[in-house]
Amino acid sequence: MLNTLVKQVDPNMYRYDEFDAQFVGERVEQFAGQVARRLSGELTEDQFKPLRLMNGLYLQLHAYMLRVAVPYGTLSSKQMRKLAHIARTYDKDFGHFTTRTNLQFNWIKLVDVPAILRELADVEMHCIQTSGNCVRNVTADQFAGATDEEIEDPRPLAEIIRQWSSLHPEFVFLARKFKIAVGACEKDRAALLYHDMAVQIVKNAQGRIGYKVMAGGGMGRTPYIAHVMSEFVEREDILAYLEAVLRVYNQDSRRDNIHKQRIKILINAIGPEEMRKRVAREFDEIKRAGTLQLPQDELDRITAYFAPPKFETGLSDEMPEAGTDFANWVKTNVSKHRAPGYAIATITLKTPGQVPGDATSAQMDIIADLMDQFSVGEVRVTHEQNLVLPHVRKKDLPAIYAKLKELDFAAPNAGLITDIIACPGLDYCDLANARSIPIAQTIAKKFENLDRQHQIGELKIKISGCINACGHHHAGHIGILGVDKKGVEFYQLVLGGSGAEDASIGEIMGPGFGEHEIADAVERVVNVYIAQRKDGERFLDTYRRLGMAPFKDAAYEKAAA
Amino acid sequence: MLTANRLRDGDVLYRKGSGWVLMLADADVYPDQASADAALAAATAETVRNEIIAPYLFEVREVNGKIVPVKEREIIRAAGPTVHPHTGKQAGQINA
Amino acid sequence: MTKLIKSGAYAQDVYAPVADDAALPDGPVLVSLARFHKDRDTLLARNTPVGIRLQSSENPEQLGQDVHHFALIALEFPKFRDGRAFSWARILRTRLGFTGEIRAVGDFLYDQVNYQHRVGFDAWEVPDNFTIEMFNRALTEMTNVYQPSADGKKTIRELRAAR
Repeated sequence: MLNTLVKQVDPNMYRYDEFDAQFVGERVEQFAGQVARRLSGELTEDQFKPLRLMNGLYLQLHAYMLRVAVPYGTLSSKQMRKLAHIARTYDKDFGHFTTRTNLQFNWIKLVDVPAILRELADVEMHCIQTSGNCVRNVTADQFAGATDEEIEDPRPLAEIIRQWSSLHPEFVFLARKFKIAVGACEKDRAALLYHDMAVQIVKNAQGRIGYKVMAGGGMGRTPYIAHVMSEFVEREDILAYLEAVLRVYNQDSRRDNIHKQRIKILINAIGPEEMRKRVAREFDEIKRAGTLQLPQDELDRITAYFAPPKFETGLSDEMPEAGTDFANWVKTNVSKHRAPGYAIATITLKTPGQVPGDATSAQMDIIADLMDQFSVGEVRVTHEQNLVLPHVRKKDLPAIYAKLKELDFAAPNAGLITDIIACPGLDYCDLANARSIPIAQTIAKKFENLDRQHQIGELKIKISGCINACGHHHAGHIGILGVDKKGVEFYQLVLGGSGAEDASIGEIMGPGFGEHEIADAVERVVNVYIAQRKDGERFLDTYRRLGMAPFKDAAYEKAAA
Repeated sequence: MLTANRLRDGDVLYRKGSGWVLMLADADVYPDQASADAALAAATAETVRNEIIAPYLFEVREVNGKIVPVKEREIIRAAGPTVHPHTGKQAGQINA
Repeated sequence: MTKLIKSGAYAQDVYAPVADDAALPDGPVLVSLARFHKDRDTLLARNTPVGIRLQSSENPEQLGQDVHHFALIALEFPKFRDGRAFSWARILRTRLGFTGEIRAVGDFLYDQVNYQHRVGFDAWEVPDNFTIEMFNRALTEMTNVYQPSADGKKTIRELRAAR
C-alpha cells in the first residue's frame, strides 16, 4: 500500500516498450495454458516439471515456490510494492531474496500462478527462466552505475543479454542450468568467477572498451573457478561470442549423468585450450553469418535507459554526525559513490536472529518508501541477499538509518561475520539435507556483539543445506555444508573460499559437526585467526598464510573433548 | 507412512485408507513393508487422476506414544519451517 | 501411431525406415548414420531420395558435403529434455545451407514445436491426437522474438529499428 506522503519515483532503468510488454504478456498466457493442461491431465507431471521450472515454479517441501526474476538486481519502488502485494495476497506475507538476486515466494498455489504472473507483468516483471536447464537471471555488480570503480555501467549489457537469452529457441533445453554475470571493474561483487559464463567490461591497450569473457566456473558438487575464454571481445561481437559458447556447450556437453552436465565439467574434461578453440571456430561462423552483431545504436539506446540520475551539485561531501550507532553503520554499510555528496547504502537483511534475505510485505513497502524518498525510486538486490540504495545524498543518511532501525534492518554488519549467506535449506527446500537458516541465526547471535564483529573485520560465512551449494559455501571465507547422516543433520566446515576477484575454492576440513556444535567450532576457528593474524590481515589472508592445520586442530579440539 | 503433494496447491498430504488427510497425526501407519508397498502402488496408480503428485513412503517411530518421522526432513515437512513457527501446519495453516 | 505434419498440413510419409541389417527396398529410404557410412556409395547411386536419421549425439557437420545428397534429415529427440537437436537443425540451415526436410522425431512436446520451427525444422512426426490446429497454435503463441534464428523471422530489435 502506497504511503500517501511519498511520491512514487520512476528510476532510470530499463522500461518495457510495446514489444517487451507483448512478449511477457504472451509468455504469461502460454504458461497459464501449460498450468491448465497440467490440471486437466493433458500434461503429465514428468512433462510439466521442466516447463514449470522454466518459469520459476518449484514444488518444495511444503508447497510450490515461485521465483521472480530481478534482472541484474535492479528494482523500482513500484515493483517492490507489487512484490509486497503478492506476498500479502498470495503468500504468507513475506518473501525471500536469493543469491541469484531474485525474490522467491514459498507458499504459492499452482492455481494462483497465472494471476500472480499477470500482476507481475503489470510492473514489467516475470519469472521467465528463473529455473530450469536454460540461461538464468543475469546478475551484475550491485553498485553498477553508482561506483566510481567501474569502466561503465554493466547493466545495459546485462539487459541486452537478458533479451537475447529470453526463450532463445536453441538454448531452452540445455543439459543443465546456465548462469551469466556481468561486472565492470577489478573489484568483483558479483562472484563472476563462479559463473557458467561471466563478462567483465574492460579496456584494451588502445583504451577501447570491450569484454573479457570467462566460462566454466560453478559451485555445486564439483566447484570450479572460471577460465578465461577471451581476453577481449569487441563490443559488437559480444552476443555472437556468447552464442558460440552456448552452442559448443549445447552440442558437446554430456547428457548421461546429471552431475556431469554443467559447462564447467565439459571445459575441465577437454581443457580450456580445446574449449577456446571450439568456441573460436563457432564464433567465426556466427560472425560470418552476421545476424547477431550488436549495433552501436542499439547499445546506445539501451544504455540511455540507465542514464545516471541528475545528481545535485554543491552538496557537502562530509559525512553527517548522528551518534555512534550511525557511525558504526556508516563504517560497514556505506560505500563511496561516484558523485560528491552522495553515497551507496547497503541494507543488510541480516540483523542477528533474522532469516537471511527474508522481508515481510510491510518491510518491503517501507523500503519502497525509502527508495522513493532517498534513492530516486531504486534499489538493488545483492547476491549476498542484501539490498542497496544506490544513489543517496550523504545528508539523508541519518534519516535513512533511523527508518531502517525501525524496520530492524539497520545492522551495521555488511561484510562482517554476521552478514551470512544461507540457502533456504531443509526448512523449505525439497533437495536439502540439512537446515541452513537456524545455523546462520545461531552463529549471528553468537557474534552479535558489535565491537567483536568490527574487531574480527571482513569475514564471509556462507551456508548451504546440501551439496548443490545454493548458499555458496565453496566461496565462503568460512563455508558450512549441511549433510545428512541417517536422517540427522551434520555440518562440515569449509575454509578459505572466496567469491571475489581473488576467487578460490574452500577446502573441506573433515567430518561434520552436530547442529549444536557447529557455531562453537566456528568460534574456535575465528579465535585462531584473532590470535595469529598479522596487521591488516583478513581471516582469508591469515588462512592462506597458515593453511588448514591450526584451524582444524582448534575446531576439533573441543568437539573431541 | 505414505505422503504426497496435492497438485492444485502443493499442500502436503498423508494417506489414510484409500484417501488423503492433511495432518500426519490423522494418517495411517503401515505395520510392514508389504502393506506400505501396496499403499504406494495404489497411490502411484492414482496419480493419473491428476489430483496428487510425487507419492513416496517414509519411516516413522513411536516416541512417548506419539508417531514421529525418523528423518528430520519429514518432521519439518509435517510441521512447517522451524524458522517460521507461525507458518505451515504447525500453525494450523492448511488449505481447504 | 504417428502422423507427419509438413508445411502446416498432414503429409504422407514416403520414406521407408530401413534397419541397419535389412535389405534396401525400392523407393525413398530412411537410414541411420551407421548404415549410411556402410553403404554410402550404393545409397547415393540409387536414383531415389535418401533420408538419414541422426541420433541426438550425432553432429550433422560430420556429414560434410554429403549433407546435400539427403532429401530428408530426421533429428531424434530421445527424450524431450535432450535439446541438442535444436543446435543441429540451426547448423544445418544456417551453416551448411541444407534446404531439404528437417524432421523432428522421437519424444518432444507441443511446447517445443515453436522452438523447433525457429531453428529450422519443417516437419514433425506427431502422435495421432496432435491436430493441425494445435500445430498452428504452437507457432503463434509468441508473436515476436528477441533472437535471430534459422526461420529468418524479424527480431524485436529489427522491429524497433523499423518503427
